Amino acid sequence: MGAAPAGGWTTGTIIELDHPTDRLVRLRFHVEDRVDHLPGQHYVVRLRAPDGYTAQRSYSIASDPDDPLLELMVECLPGGEVSGFLHDDAAVGDVLELRGPIGGWFVWEGDAPSVAVAGGSGVVPIVAMTRYARRLGLQDQLKVVVVARTWDDLPYAAELQRYGAFIALTRENLAVEGGGDRVAAPPYPAEVEDLVAGAERAYVCGSVGFASYATRLLEDAGVPTDAIRVEQFGETG
Amino acid sequence: MPITRGFLGKRRPERPDRLPPGQYDTGSGWPTLTAEATPKLDVEQWSMTVDGLVDSPQTWSWREIHALPESTYFGDIHCVTTWSKFDTTFTGVSVDTLLEAAGPRPEAKFVMAHSTTGYTTNLPLEDLTGGKAWVVWDFDGKPLARGHGGPVRLLVPHLYFWKSAKWVTRLELMERDRPGFWEQNGYHDRGDPWLEQRYQGDP
Ligand SMILES: Cc1cc2nc3c(=O)[nH]c(=O)nc-3n(C[C@H](O)[C@H](O)[C@H](O)COP(=O)(O)OP(=O)(O)OC[C@H]3O[C@@H](n4cnc5c(N)ncnc54)[C@H](O)[C@@H]3O)c2cc1C
Repeated sequence: MGAAPAGGWTTGTIIELDHPTDRLVRLRFHVEDRVDHLPGQHYVVRLRAPDGYTAQRSYSIASDPDDPLLELMVECLPGGEVSGFLHDDAAVGDVLELRGPIGGWFVWEGDAPSVAVAGGSGVVPIVAMTRYARRLGLQDQLKVVVVARTWDDLPYAAELQRYGAFIALTRENLAVEGGGDRVAAPPYPAEVEDLVAGAERAYVCGSVGFASYATRLLEDAGVPTDAIRVEQFGETG
Repeated sequence: MPITRGFLGKRRPERPDRLPPGQYDTGSGWPTLTAEATPKLDVEQWSMTVDGLVDSPQTWSWREIHALPESTYFGDIHCVTTWSKFDTTFTGVSVDTLLEAAGPRPEAKFVMAHSTTGYTTNLPLEDLTGGKAWVVWDFDGKPLARGHGGPVRLLVPHLYFWKSAKWVTRLELMERDRPGFWEQNGYHDRGDPWLEQRYQGDP
């Protein structure tokens, strides 16, 4: 494991901001003296009140390292201090404190045939990996399985579908190209068999509950436990 | 650093004296954060070793380590991902007891904690001595859950919790500091929450 790039505190200016769905905000920053990241790394966003009080949270990078802007996708949690602010109050032109890139474990550099299994907002670091894979023509090296309650709960749903990700929705049916619907259900082992075959490494990202479900799915499909890398998004468990 | 336009903040701590900078009180919750799939650890196979720069390397089986004098920690824990948890109770054995049996050599200054999973984390020896660190198997009077490192983990509550290696199996005493798993990946070599030593380059 080589040392991954790491950056100190800096500032980022919001250049673009949109709400792809009611619950999601996509933020694109120009980052002062940006250190290039590897797909899968994250940044810390720190908000600062006039009296000096601060709140900071981690957010995975969605953008390809080649993208001149840094892209984050944040899911608004009801009552969430930082995600709520980013969703409701942040605006183009605002300058936020940022630190990154951080993390050298949950990264994919196209160095091994891999499979990624992500749930909900856990798809964000996987999107960075797919963008990178696309640019370098490495799509065969990275197979993707994503799970969400509904289409609208899945950040980057259309982009992931174009990438060829296998999408499982658990609360609504999904229209499948060529006709028919995939009935709402978690992925069946048989559906992911081909995607998992040949993977030397697996990436799992999502809530604590999702991560244990996904690691079991991968282990059942024959992926060795120590080939699985997990990133969990801070849910209580 | 700039004030964030429009940000007032919501979760101001009720007990700021107990909350290190940048942390929030997670209340009764206990978030689980793990980089690996949770291993199933068989206590019959498990053992705890203290080796490296010691006079006599020691290994304890599950039964043997439980026969050592029991020691309990009551207090707070802090995770680099910004949650803190107040008034936790962990029971196990003091690391002092283990070190005493092995006899650290004078040149031993640092420790690498190793887990069954291959996870490692480095600590200055003095952060593990003087009643500051434990090897624990009970949390709040119940066996430690697997997701939290059960059946056994290191507990170094005055440092960020990634130093408290889950599924710990070996303490290796060293003359020179060497980065462990997260430390190679940008995290701080010591990790004092009160100094906010989160990442390499922090004070
Ligand atoms: C490595 C990493 C990468 C991540 N990447 C992403 C990402 O790409 N996208 C993303 O959306 N998230 C990501 N996260 C999660 C993110 O860091 C935050 O945890 C998330 O945005 C919630 O923060 P918040 O401040 O909005 O919510 P918080 O204020 O921390 O609250 C979290 C939840 O707890 C509830 N809560 C908090 N305090 C109280 C209280 N006192 N009483 C009752 N309820 C309370 C809130 O209502 C909310 O539902 C990532 C996390 C990690 C560790």
